[in-house]
Amino acid sequence: MTPAYYLVLAAILFTIGAVGVLVRRNAIVVFMCVELMLNAVNLTLITFARTTGTVDGQIMALFVMVVAAAEVVVGLAIIMSIYRTRRSASVDDANLLKY
Amino acid sequence: MPAEGLLAASWLLIALPLAGAAVLLLGGRRTDRWGHLLGTATVVAAFVLAVACTVQLAGLEERSADVELFTFISSGQLDVTAGLLYDPLSAIFALLITGVGSLIHVYSIGYMAHDPARRRFFAYLNLFVAAMLLLVLGNSFVALYVGWEGVGLASYLLIAFWYTRPAAATAAKKAFIMNRVGDVGLAIAIFVMFAQLGTTSYAGVFGSVGTLAGGTITAIGLLLLLGACGKSGQFPLQAWLPDAMEGPTPVSALIHAATMVTAGVYLIARSAPIYDLTPTARAVVLAIGALTLLIGAIAGCAYDDIKKVLAYSTVSQIGYMFLAVGLGPAGYVAGLAHLLAHGFFKAGLFLGAGSVMHAMNDGVDMRRFGALWRKLPVTFGTFGLGYLALIGFPFLSGYFTKDAIIEAALDRDDVWGWVLGGVAVLGAGLTAFYMTRLMLMTFFGRARWEDGVHPHESPSVMTAPMVVLAVGSVFSGALLVSVFPLSGWLEPVFGEPAEAAHVVAPALIGLVVTVVMLLGVLAAWLFVGRREVPVTAPARVSPVTRAARNALYADAVNESLFMRPGQWLTRALVWLDNRGVDGAVNGLAAGLGGTSSRLARTQTGFVRSYALGMLGGAVLVAGALLAVTSG
Amino acid sequence: MTPDAAEVVIGTGEAVAFWILGPVALAGALGMVFSRNAVHSALWLVTTMLSLGVFYVIQSAPFLGAAQIIVYTGAIMILFLFVLMLVGRDSSDSVVETLRGQRVAAAVLGVGFAALVGAGVARATEGLAVIGLGDAGGDGNVTAIAELLYTRYVLAFEATGALLIVAAVGALVYTQIERHPGSRRGQKQLSRARFLTDDRPQTLPGPGVYARANSVAAPALLPDGRPSAETVATGVEAQQVEQMPRPTGREQLGSPDAALGTMDPAPLDGPAGDRR
Repeated sequence: MTPAYYLVLAAILFTIGAVGVLVRRNAIVVFMCVELMLNAVNLTLITFARTTGTVDGQIMALFVMVVAAAEVVVGLAIIMSIYRTRRSASVDDANLLKY
Repeated sequence: MPAEGLLAASWLLIALPLAGAAVLLLGGRRTDRWGHLLGTATVVAAFVLAVACTVQLAGLEERSADVELFTFISSGQLDVTAGLLYDPLSAIFALLITGVGSLIHVYSIGYMAHDPARRRFFAYLNLFVAAMLLLVLGNSFVALYVGWEGVGLASYLLIAFWYTRPAAATAAKKAFIMNRVGDVGLAIAIFVMFAQLGTTSYAGVFGSVGTLAGGTITAIGLLLLLGACGKSGQFPLQAWLPDAMEGPTPVSALIHAATMVTAGVYLIARSAPIYDLTPTARAVVLAIGALTLLIGAIAGCAYDDIKKVLAYSTVSQIGYMFLAVGLGPAGYVAGLAHLLAHGFFKAGLFLGAGSVMHAMNDGVDMRRFGALWRKLPVTFGTFGLGYLALIGFPFLSGYFTKDAIIEAALDRDDVWGWVLGGVAVLGAGLTAFYMTRLMLMTFFGRARWEDGVHPHESPSVMTAPMVVLAVGSVFSGALLVSVFPLSGWLEPVFGEPAEAAHVVAPALIGLVVTVVMLLGVLAAWLFVGRREVPVTAPARVSPVTRAARNALYADAVNESLFMRPGQWLTRALVWLDNRGVDGAVNGLAAGLGGTSSRLARTQTGFVRSYALGMLGGAVLVAGALLAVTSG
Repeated sequence: MTPDAAEVVIGTGEAVAFWILGPVALAGALGMVFSRNAVHSALWLVTTMLSLGVFYVIQSAPFLGAAQIIVYTGAIMILFLFVLMLVGRDSSDSVVETLRGQRVAAAVLGVGFAALVGAGVARATEGLAVIGLGDAGGDGNVTAIAELLYTRYVLAFEATGALLIVAAVGALVYTQIERHPGSRRGQKQLSRARFLTDDRPQTLPGPGVYARANSVAAPALLPDGRPSAETVATGVEAQQVEQMPRPTGREQLGSPDAALGTMDPAPLDGPAGDRR
C-alpha cells in the first residue's frame, strides 16, 4: 500500500468524470461529473500534502472547494436561466455556437 | 524666316473662328438670334486676312514665314513649339478653306434657317474651320496632329448633327472609328520621327530625314499614308465617307468634299521630302490612288442617292489626287491644282444637291427626281457648270487639272506609267458616265416626284454661293494651269519644276480624254436618258451592278476581315478572362471557402464535441509528457 | 518503499479502508455516469463524495474531510437536488446518442487517458517516501491550516471571498425574472380579466360525493340525469360508481303538491335535455 494507490484511484475517478461529461446530455448531470473531477483532483492534492509533509496541498484543496462552490452557484443559475428560456436542460439543445 | 507685319498676325486666322465657336458654344441661347451671322463673319474675316497674308507672302523674297507662338510641350528631349508656317502650300489651303468656307457659311444661313439648332451648327462649322486651319498652318507634325484630331472631332459632331436619327449617329461613329485607324498610323509616324530624329517640326524632320535608314523612312511614309487614307477616305478606309453624307449638306460640301478629306493629300504633299527618299511608299501611294479612283467611280455608277453618288465621286477624285502626289515632283502641282479645282466644283455640286433636296422636301432618291431644270433654273445652271467641270469638259477646270495628272502619269515613261494613265483615263470615262446619269435622273426626263412635293428655287442667300462656286469651277483650272501657274507659286516648296519630256503630246491626251468622256456621256444617255427611269431600283441586275451597289463590298470586307475577327478575339478574351483569370482566382477562393466550410462542419455547436476535443488534447499532452520523461 | 527516518508506514487499517472505500467510490462514480435518472446520479455522487471524505480524514486532513462531508455533500449536492427538482426531475436522458461516434471516442479516450495518467503517476511516485504531517495532520490540523491560510495565502483567501460574493450576486442576477414597473396586475385587473373571459367566473361545482355515492370519482348528476365532468376533481378519472337510485316519480316522492299548494307539476315532466 503506497500513496500511489490513491493517485491512481484519483486518476480513474477523474477519467470517469471526464467521460461522463462527454456522454451525458443533462446539463445538471454534466455538472455533477465536473464536480467529480474536482474531487478527484482534491484527493490528489491531499495525498501529495501528506506525502510531502506540508499543509499547503490541503490549502489548495480548500481553495478548490471554495471555487467549486462558487462555480456551482453560477453554473446552476445559468442552467436555470437556460431552462427558463428553452424549456430544456440538455446541453445538445444549446448548440447555436457554431459555423 | 521670321514673319513680320501682317504675317505675324496669321495666328488670327485660327483664333477668329475658334473664338466664334467658343462664343457660340458658351453663349448658349442668348446667341441664337445673331449666332449664324457671327459664325459667318469670323470666317469671312479670316478669308480676308488670308488673302492679305498671301498677298504679302507673294511679295517676300523667300516666300515662307515662321510664326513662333509659344512653347507647347517641353518635357525632357521633347520640345514642341507651337508655331505657324505660312508658305505657298499652306497659303493655298488657307485660301481654299476660308474661301469655300465663307461661301458655305453664307449658304448655311439659308439652308439651316428653319433648324432650331442652327447656332450649334455654326459653332461646329467654326470649330472645324479653326481646326482645319491649324492643320494646314502648323509648323510641326504635332500641330498638324492637333488640327487633324480637331477636324475629326468637328466632322464627328457635324455628321451626327441630327443625332436623334440613328443613321446619323451610326454614320458619325463609323467615321470616327475608321478615322481612328488612320490616326493611329499618323501618331505612330510622329512617334517614330521623335524617337529617330528627336524633333517633330517640319524644318527639323525634313532637314535630317536623309540620315535615317531606308526602312525607317519607308515605315514613316507608310504610316503617314495610313493616316492620310483614313482622313481622305482612301482604300481600304473609304467606307466611312459615303455614310458621312448623313450630315447636313453644307457639311458634306465643306468637310467631306472640299477641305477635310483633302487633308490626306496635304499631308503627303507636305511630307514630300520624306517620300522623295522612299520609292516604295510612293509606289504604295500610287497604287492606293489608282485603286480608290476606280472603286469610287464604279460605286458611284450604281447609287440612287444623289449625295452618295457625289460622295463616291469625291472618293474617286481624291484617288486622282493621291495618284498625282504619288507620282512625285512631277505630280505635286497637278494634284494640288486638281484639289483646288475639285474644292470649287465639288462644293458647288454638293450645294446644288442641297438646293435640290431643299426643293424636294429633303428627298435624296434620284429616282424620285426628274425634270427639275425648269423648276430650279439657277440650281440647274450652277450644278450643270460644276458637272461639266468635274467630267472634264474641254476648257473647264477639270479638263486642265485632270489632264495634267494623266500627263504626269504618262511622263513616267514606263509600263506603270501607261497603266496608271490608262486607269486615270478609264476613271474619267466612268466619271462622265455616273455624273451624266445623275444629271439625267435629276434634271431631265419625266417628273417622278412624290406626292405633295412642289419644287421651288432656293433663296438667293443659297444660290449666290452656288453661283460664285460655279464661276470658280469654270475658270479655276485654266487660271491655275495657264494664266497664273500654280507650279510657279509652289516653287519654294517643291522646287523648280523639271521641264518634262512629254511622252505623249498634251494636246493628244486632251483629245483622248475628251473622247473617252464623251463615250461615258453617251453610255449614260443610252442607259438612262433614252428610256424611262423606274421609280424603284430594279432588283434583277447583273452581278457587276450588284457589287457596285454594295460599294464593291467594302463594308462586307471590313466586317469579315476586321469586325468579325475582332469580335471573336474579344469573345475569346472574355472567355479567357472569365474562365482563365477569373477561374483561377475564383477557383482559389472557392477552394479555400469549401475547405473552410468543410472544416467549419467540425464546429457542430455541441459542447460535448468540443469537450471531446479537449480530452483528446489532454491525452496527447499526457502521452507526450510521458514519452519525454520516460524516454 | 525504502525505510527512512521521517517515514510513515501506511498501516493495514488504512489499506483495508482503502480497499473497501475505493471500490465504493468507483462504483459511485460509475453509477453516476450510467444512471439515467438525474436524481439517482446525484445520489451516486454523494456516495463517492462521502468515500472521498473518509479518505481525506484518513490522509491526515480531518478538516477537509469534514468540509467535504458538510459543505460538498451537505450543501452543494442539496443545491444540485433543488435545481434538479426545479428543472430536470422528469427529464431522464434518452439512451440514443445523437453525436456519431461520441460514446466510442469518449470511451477510447477515457481508457487511454486513465491508462496514461495512472501509469505515469504510478511510475513517478514509485518508491516515494511518505513524510507525513504529524500533529498538523491530527488535532492540530485546523490550526495548521489557519496559520498558513491567514499568513502566506491571505491574499488568495481574500480573493476567494470576493469570488464568492460575486458568484452569489451573479446567481441572483441570472435567475431574477425581470418585470417592468407597473406590469404587475392588481386585484382589479385580475378580477376584470376573469370575468371578461368565456370561462365560468365562479368556482366549479362540487362533486356529487355525499349526495348519492361515497366515491370522489362519482360525478354529480345534472338535472336531466347526465353526469357532469366539471364536478370531478382533476387527476381523478370519472367512473361509474354505485349510486343510490334517483327518485323519478310522484309515487316515490309522495305528493308534495298537496303540502305545497297548487303548483303545476307539468314543468317537471318536460323533455330531457331542455335544461342546457
